[in-house]
Amino acid sequence: ERSNLAGVRHILLVLSGKGGVGKSTISTQLALSLRHSGKKVGILDVDLCGPSIPRMFSVQDNDVHQCDSGWVPVFVDQDKSISLMSIGFLLEKPDDAVVWRGPKKNALIKQFVADVAWGDLDFLIVDTPPGTSDEHISTVEALRPYKPLGAILVTTPQAVSVGDVRRELTFCKKTGLRVLGIVENMSGFVCPHCSECTNIFSKGGGEELAKHAGVPFLGSVPLDPQLSQSLEEGRDFIQEFPKSSAFPALTHIAQQILDGTLQRSS
Amino acid sequence: SSSRDEALRDRRARILSRGLPKQKPIEGVKQVVVFASGKGGVGKSTTAVNIALALAANDSTKEVGLLDADIYGPSIPKMMNLKGNPELTPKNLMRPLKNYGIACMSMGFLVEETAPIVWRGLMVMSAVEKLLRQVDWGQLDYLVIDMPPGTGDVQLSVSQNIPIAGAVIVSTPQDVALLDARKGAEMFRKVHVPVLGLVQNMSVFQCPKCKHETHIFGADGVRDLAKTLGLDILGDIPLHVNIRETCDSGQPVVISQPQSDA
Repeated sequence: ERSNLAGVRHILLVLSGKGGVGKSTISTQLALSLRHSGKKVGILDVDLCGPSIPRMFSVQDNDVHQCDSGWVPVFVDQDKSISLMSIGFLLEKPDDAVVWRGPKKNALIKQFVADVAWGDLDFLIVDTPPGTSDEHISTVEALRPYKPLGAILVTTPQAVSVGDVRRELTFCKKTGLRVLGIVENMSGFVCPHCSECTNIFSKGGGEELAKHAGVPFLGSVPLDPQLSQSLEEGRDFIQEFPKSSAFPALTHIAQQILDGTLQRSS
Repeated sequence: SSSRDEALRDRRARILSRGLPKQKPIEGVKQVVVFASGKGGVGKSTTAVNIALALAANDSTKEVGLLDADIYGPSIPKMMNLKGNPELTPKNLMRPLKNYGIACMSMGFLVEETAPIVWRGLMVMSAVEKLLRQVDWGQLDYLVIDMPPGTGDVQLSVSQNIPIAGAVIVSTPQDVALLDARKGAEMFRKVHVPVLGLVQNMSVFQCPKCKHETHIFGADGVRDLAKTLGLDILGDIPLHVNIRETCDSGQPVVISQPQSDA
């Protein structure tokens, strides 16, 4: 019996020890950039307590349907190039809180990994919650037989974030998960009025960490109000705001991932 | 037969209640306030630390303690500029580390800075139990608890184990944060913890050069949520470079720059 992940070419995890650094944002933008390069992408949102992915594509009211091989992922639009699975689709009301202990979360994650009929995908991006707990252990264990490409770690430049991400790096080493690189998000804010750049959350922490830990540095993404707005409204930032400050960094990150996969297969 | 029904009902209630742990207050602690959100990275630790300090500064007769319940990502040690393993008292309780007059306890004191806590729920529960009960808090008027993001094991363990005077929910104005803040409020309702109100953090940024204000994460989302849920807005904190700089260096803004906007 063919497994549901057999048609997925590359699996990527987006991790961070710290909350609120932009994992879901980066996952979303990476998916959109890859789509614009002609790839078919799926996003698996294993953040059971705070599923943000459906909202970022404006499909939070969609339902999940069943088919012979399991759950059918929710497609973002007509051309079916991006598909999503998240607990957000399974809740009766969007405000319902998922207040579960570990074992119940583990069971659902196993189902998410094995029972979603993804079909043929170039990339499956797995968006995780903050921390290094049940969800992460279960996800890595469940994905191990499918040999994930690796993990992208997202951080903001400030010391409290970098500290947590340093722990996440150790987690990756312990579990044998390859680190594709570090992304420094919310790195600087350019005032739209006077173009003065203020480092609200500091700068360079992510880059330093990458150098210190010997992993690739994928880039710094600045704070961009147009990006946060696109996410609120579920719009395609990559398509609609190519001149915005976060665009070059985000597309550069996607390009490095693509180059990495070419290298790996050759 | 009505007395039989009642006996049956009683028995059922007793069986159901047997499963849940009993709430037992921590000795010496008068009131417990938790800072939670549901969403990560909205500023729970930053707000908890600064409010704990403000509580102490407003009334110097009050003793305040700060517990960092974020097992996976403890931020309190860095923000309070504290390091090192706690000593043990003769009664085998851990002595909290003190700075700026606040007694602090965190997982960060018990493990190496770079070591991840890769634990499943059950171990986390017992760690939280230890951080609550096996610490020599002494006599505290307020114990501020900084919760981790999410609505899972830690939140359940804390709210089932000790009586909580109230919860403060911190959020940023953007939709994805509010979604989770709403879940956080719902969770507290389920476990019967009163929600004192919401704090809107990172509301607006004022460019230091030209003073132009930008609402980077959206505007007023938290106010609307507060209205919908019938809760008070306890405060509105702007994005200010000082807040982050002072936290990174271990001198929270309430102590180091009491005159600033924050």
